[in-house]
Amino acid sequence: MTVAPQNPRVESAQASTLRNGRWSGFLHLISARMKELRREPEVVFWMFVFPLLLSFGLGIAFRNRPADATSIAIASGPYAENALALIQKSAQKTSIRAEIVDQARAAQGLRLGKYDLVVEAVSPDRVQYDYDPARPESVLSRTEVNDALQISAGRKNAVETTAVASSDPGSRYIDFLIPGLLGMNLMNSGMWGMGFALVDMRQRKLLKRFVATPMRRGDFLLALLGSRLLLMVAEVGLLLGFGVVVFHMRVLGSLWSILLIGAIGAITFGGLGLLTASRAQKIETASGLMNLVMMPLWIFTGVFFSYERFPAILQPFIKALPLTPLNDALRATILEGASLASQSGRILILVLWGGISFALALRWFRWT
Amino acid sequence: MSAVIQCRDLRKTYDGKVEAVRGLNLEIRAGECFGLLGPNGAGKTTTIEILEGLLEPTSGEVSILGQTWKSHPRQLREKIGISLQETRLSEKLTVRETVELFASFYREPRPASEVLGDLQLEEKADSWVGKLSGGQRQRLAVATALVGSPRVLFLDEPTTGLDPQSRRQLWDIIRAFQKTGGTVLLTTHYMDEAERLCDRLAIVDHGQIIAEGTPAELIARLGGHHVVEFSLAGDSHGKAETWQTLPGVDSVRNDDGLVSLSVREPHRTIPALLDVVDKQSAQLEHLTTRQASLEDVFVRLTGRHLRED
Repeated sequence: MTVAPQNPRVESAQASTLRNGRWSGFLHLISARMKELRREPEVVFWMFVFPLLLSFGLGIAFRNRPADATSIAIASGPYAENALALIQKSAQKTSIRAEIVDQARAAQGLRLGKYDLVVEAVSPDRVQYDYDPARPESVLSRTEVNDALQISAGRKNAVETTAVASSDPGSRYIDFLIPGLLGMNLMNSGMWGMGFALVDMRQRKLLKRFVATPMRRGDFLLALLGSRLLLMVAEVGLLLGFGVVVFHMRVLGSLWSILLIGAIGAITFGGLGLLTASRAQKIETASGLMNLVMMPLWIFTGVFFSYERFPAILQPFIKALPLTPLNDALRATILEGASLASQSGRILILVLWGGISFALALRWFRWT
Repeated sequence: MSAVIQCRDLRKTYDGKVEAVRGLNLEIRAGECFGLLGPNGAGKTTTIEILEGLLEPTSGEVSILGQTWKSHPRQLREKIGISLQETRLSEKLTVRETVELFASFYREPRPASEVLGDLQLEEKADSWVGKLSGGQRQRLAVATALVGSPRVLFLDEPTTGLDPQSRRQLWDIIRAFQKTGGTVLLTTHYMDEAERLCDRLAIVDHGQIIAEGTPAELIARLGGHHVVEFSLAGDSHGKAETWQTLPGVDSVRNDDGLVSLSVREPHRTIPALLDVVDKQSAQLEHLTTRQASLEDVFVRLTGRHLRED
């Protein structure tokens, strides 16, 4: 059966075709990706709101209290009141919160961390301290309370001392925390933004549909990475701005250096995300893989606390992980104003991780 | 007339074990709407994806518009439009954004607004894809295939799961594309779709073509053009030989008590049939006569129904 080859619609269709330039696909892909992200409330939450909440919460929880008061229990007994009176007339009274409770509740409070120390006044001139040597605040509390009791009871100091407190912006926990959260956030959104998005599109057969068009595959991946970089600028700006406004954080390094390090971090973790997503067919598989990769990084690389606390034998391994150099470089730049040149070693580790991940990912990547 | 889609001795084996396609030959001419008809799992999707250049055949040759996927991948992509069996397009993009995105991949696409107009999606142009009905989604899928102004359209089960009205709408769209001189290859397991829409058909089963021709030719090949179906009360349905000897009967099939006779001249067969029933003093429970369909062709060729559900 033949169909009339000449038809007016052929001409009208041809008359109204457009002409696309080399980068039209790339630009449309970036803009589509940004629109999709903006319309996805979960993405906005995890990428922008969550880190702010986290830094706010932790910043409040670990804020530097004017005087770090220790909370102690005095076990009730005939001499308890006496011990309490001694503490309350001491010079340290503002930094010791003491209350009299019965023996059982005191012991339970110590176990649960409500009290740092339990004082038992056995006789007017004899007390016993129950403390937990594994808890620094408990050890500290024992010294503090002991000093208070001894001095109130008449001990004389042999040496006159004065102490100057230093808690400038730059040395507080929040100052340590925000660059770490920034690094962690770049990792999270790099891994999820590339990895999750790709597996999701593969599962929905959208990747297959795309490669069934003349779309350039390289453009597609570049667009995904490009949208990551745009978001990176927003993430870094928001979290740093939050630190500056809410916690009066001081940013010593130049914004350009911070953004450059952020970009390298975003690309490195984009590469790792691409690698974990290169073959997975299902979201579940990919999530498992990504959590497996990210879990050790959260713990070991100094996001929430310094990795110097881990045994020396682990240090070379920790420093080779991709998030460690990113956190270190962000901290050095933001808090100390370190130059980019002085961080070349860290940047090299990042570039190596990113480069190797991309090379392997592109070799293994499956579109269908 | 030259072949627009051609494949010779196409074979596809998955993991060295499952033979999905076993030596398939096709020649689809310009301007034709060609259908691959077969049950689920017959190898239709594997075949169409090989022709679309999305799957590598284990062996065999494919040429589209005289070019091969190896030598001219990009040129071919510019000239064909594809709708996969199930693609979930981004739910958070609007219909227009989706079509414009697909248009941006082609060197000379059609304007998105024009394609949306052709597919009656103008009203939904600014709705999110996630809010569309099944029929609208399927039309959008076809819109993304048409926006590149293709010469060949590949549609893998375009109307599966759609309501009758949406199916008819899609048929109209496919016919309109054909009228502009386009060539269409589609897969389907719907008989009526194949019969009404396709100029020519290949019936595929177990990875092979078991019959090919226009719908009319295929039905004519049954011998009889009519089907007389009847059932008798109780379990008695007589012996096949009894019915075979009736005048004008070409073949007999017994389907769980429903006897169906393929006949050339029902007006001669039916009185004779009634006579026999009368003589056996059996009770006729049900009697219909109808034109033979592709379903009958399929049942005749494979002994199975096309859709076993």
